[in-house]
Amino acid sequence: MNIVILGAGQVGSSLARNLASEDNDITIIDSDKASLRELREKLDVHTKQGYASHPDVLEQANVNDADMLIAVTNSDEVNMIACQIAYSLFRTPTRIARVRAAGYLQHPELFSPDLIPIDVLISPEQLITDYIYRLISNPGTLQVVDFAGGKVRLVSVKAFHEGPLVGHAIKDLGQNLPEVKVRVIAIFRQGKAIIPNGKTVIEANDEIFVIASAQHIRAVVSELRSVDKPYRRIMIAGGGNVGRRLADALEDGRYQVKIIEKSPEVAKDLAENLNKAIVLEGDAADESLLIEENISDVDIFCALTNDDEANILSAMLAKRLGARKVMSLVNRTVYVDLVEGANIDHAVSPQQITIGALLAHVRGGDIASVHSLRKGAAEVIEVVAHGDKQNSRVVGRKRVDLKLPPGATIAAIVRDNEFIEPHQDIVVQEDDHVIIFLTDKRYIPAIEKMFQVGVGYI
Amino acid sequence: MQLLVIQRILGLLLVIFSFTMLPPVLIGWIYDDVSLSPFIKGFLLILIIGTMMWFPVRKRKRELRLREGFLVVVLFWAVLGISGSAPLLFSPDLNISFVDAVFESISGLTTTGATVITGLDDLPKSILYYRQQLQWLGGMGIIVLAVAILPMLGIGGIQLYRAETPGPVKDSKLTPRIKGTAKLLWIIYLTFTVVCAVAYYMAGMDAFDAISHSFSTIAIGGFSTHDASIGYFDSHIIELVAVVFMLLSGVNFSLHFMAWRSLSLRSYHADSEFRLYGILMLVLTLITFGYLYFMHVYGSFSDSYYNAMFQVVSIATTTGFTTTDYSHWPGFLPVLLIFASFVGGCAGSTGGGMKVIRVLLLFKQGWREVIRLIHPSAKIAIKLNRKPVDRDVVQAVWGFFSVYIALFVVFMLILMAAGMDQITAFSAVAATLNNLGPGLGEVAENYKNVGDFSKWVLCLSMLMGRLEIFTLLVVLTPAFWRK
Repeated sequence: MNIVILGAGQVGSSLARNLASEDNDITIIDSDKASLRELREKLDVHTKQGYASHPDVLEQANVNDADMLIAVTNSDEVNMIACQIAYSLFRTPTRIARVRAAGYLQHPELFSPDLIPIDVLISPEQLITDYIYRLISNPGTLQVVDFAGGKVRLVSVKAFHEGPLVGHAIKDLGQNLPEVKVRVIAIFRQGKAIIPNGKTVIEANDEIFVIASAQHIRAVVSELRSVDKPYRRIMIAGGGNVGRRLADALEDGRYQVKIIEKSPEVAKDLAENLNKAIVLEGDAADESLLIEENISDVDIFCALTNDDEANILSAMLAKRLGARKVMSLVNRTVYVDLVEGANIDHAVSPQQITIGALLAHVRGGDIASVHSLRKGAAEVIEVVAHGDKQNSRVVGRKRVDLKLPPGATIAAIVRDNEFIEPHQDIVVQEDDHVIIFLTDKRYIPAIEKMFQVGVGYI
Repeated sequence: MQLLVIQRILGLLLVIFSFTMLPPVLIGWIYDDVSLSPFIKGFLLILIIGTMMWFPVRKRKRELRLREGFLVVVLFWAVLGISGSAPLLFSPDLNISFVDAVFESISGLTTTGATVITGLDDLPKSILYYRQQLQWLGGMGIIVLAVAILPMLGIGGIQLYRAETPGPVKDSKLTPRIKGTAKLLWIIYLTFTVVCAVAYYMAGMDAFDAISHSFSTIAIGGFSTHDASIGYFDSHIIELVAVVFMLLSGVNFSLHFMAWRSLSLRSYHADSEFRLYGILMLVLTLITFGYLYFMHVYGSFSDSYYNAMFQVVSIATTTGFTTTDYSHWPGFLPVLLIFASFVGGCAGSTGGGMKVIRVLLLFKQGWREVIRLIHPSAKIAIKLNRKPVDRDVVQAVWGFFSVYIALFVVFMLILMAAGMDQITAFSAVAATLNNLGPGLGEVAENYKNVGDFSKWVLCLSMLMGRLEIFTLLVVLTPAFWRK
């Protein structure tokens, strides 16, 4: 596929990195020469220096031939106008834009072909907020991924020494929970993925990926770990876009929220707009403020400012002062591996979340979602099966007969919003959501191809 | 330095190269050559060496870093130069020494066209074809070919590509992906070769000569299957065909691509490098023709004209075909042509020399200094095709120029120390460093009588010229190997 990416910032360049390794023709436009040079040297991509929304720049970057335009510059307005120009002058078939400002997002009717022709809007702050919200509502998990509109859920859990299942085979998990359909799709042991069978024994410190219906996830997680109490008292550092949205979402639930914000104006504004949350004006790295606000009783402390270093340090401080769990927003990918596990329970990478969402749209078609697990060590893909036995390589066939690429396994099938365990003899039906676990993401296009419906299908 | 990764790529490239020994076997079979064993031996030898290098480390797949790219390219050209000599060395018809075989093979691959072999007309067809094929493979660059056909070179491919492509700006790609660019370049190259062969055939060559000469014409090489080179055919039409295709091959191939895609000639006209290239060829032809005509070197107007045009284009594009012994032309003409070869072809073409674009940039900078003296506070941007040129590029051109000249002087002094006279040493270094081929004095026709030591020096000079010096030079610096 021929893809033009506008903006070589963090999201733009990681997107390019992901897509370039998958046999796509990538062109990146940015006004900054230095970041383009770096990309050009590291990746097999074409770069073009200039203002991303100018028609001449777009033309020189061969938008004419592009199948897709992804606008992820820093400016919402540039992203929108670039999509407009690509649509009006070059008839680019698919246009994806990142739009941050809530003001625009409140009017989805704006984004139609007649007005602002953007096919997919990506709002990173919303995605990040949702991600954090899911983590908070599933205590004890490291990652939570929803499928089929939230009916089926995949969680990753770290097995501790005292966990009930450690030292037992996986099939015991099913015996303890007879009424629950559950499946362990992968285990990461010392950084390596293991595709388990029923006899695989769970060891301490294994990171286990299990999939089950959403309502059963809690029971499953408690089987794997000693029970984690639900979070109630939450402290948020930073009242920016993410902090505010999260506070807003949490205070509607059963949570007690405290939010710390440095700037008096922002704090005032927060206080006026939030209803139940307590807004504190001050520095999140201020030891006395944290102690005064009972940090030792806080269930989870979320550092969500724009500053990586400040987030990491304030989260570490909160942990030392007695917060049960701490979470930090970390933009730099290298920091994520550095801090996660050691002092910080969750290092949330906004880029990875944004890119995951973008990639799902890039693939489009029948692929409903693609999620990176363990910071890209593996992927799970949700694909919708279409067609019938004549024109599909999937529908109407038994699971054992499917020719999957190497390293891929069928983790689950969701039929009519119900989770079905993929037995050998199960036959894939039309409109099934097939969830595939993949250790090598180079094979994503192969899976995409496999699920494509042959000619003749309308 | 990931030496095992380098070994793997090198082994793989050798395996691929070994298969280029097979077409000469076919040619030899068609023309009933007595002995085909040199090529079969060469094929097996290189295949086995390549497999032995590749097989133990075949699983070492990592991305190449910038430095390793340089090393792979340099090693590959050196190893290829040597292994390409195998069939020549094994051939009973040639009976040449090791150094001669390596010289001939490197001269072929670097598209220089300097030869140590005489009596070409009596050699087996398979050997003759093999020499032409070496030039053809080297013309567009064998690494570019590998990048085009090998899927796994991927990202490392960029590093290799940059280390091999000629010209000051290495990042210009025709398509977003390096593989696509490399493929397109080879498609254009192949198309030109086919058209050129057909044109030669229609102009009166036999099929073997047409194909053989099309190889060395499009590659801007200069090997011929006859001792008298193109002069053997004694046909103005063949000379014209050669001139047209030499001129085309000396142009940046991305211009050909753009013209082909837009189906118009505007891209040529809009390119300042192309304009200077055209003007240079025209002016040099006129000067040469005028001087030859008024000095009454040739009897007729048309003889003066054809010889002048052919020699100017052949030498200035660094091809090195001859129709006449230009080294005996009167006055300044031989030296003028040698100097013209320093300018050479355009960047991104198959030609040698310093490339027209560099000379253009040097000239523009010189002009800028003049303007500065007149308007001391003027702010002047160096522009190409109405766009400002990066400061880094301009500086790199100066660096290239000084190193080129310094290297030229060093090589020339070494050759003189080894006993060559000044004219021969000067022209031999120019002809090899610029990948031209024939020189003046004792090397006007061939390099047979040059000493063994001097031949090795000239081999190095040819490789330096083909890889535009820096690729080879960096590998020789201690800083490159420091950890």
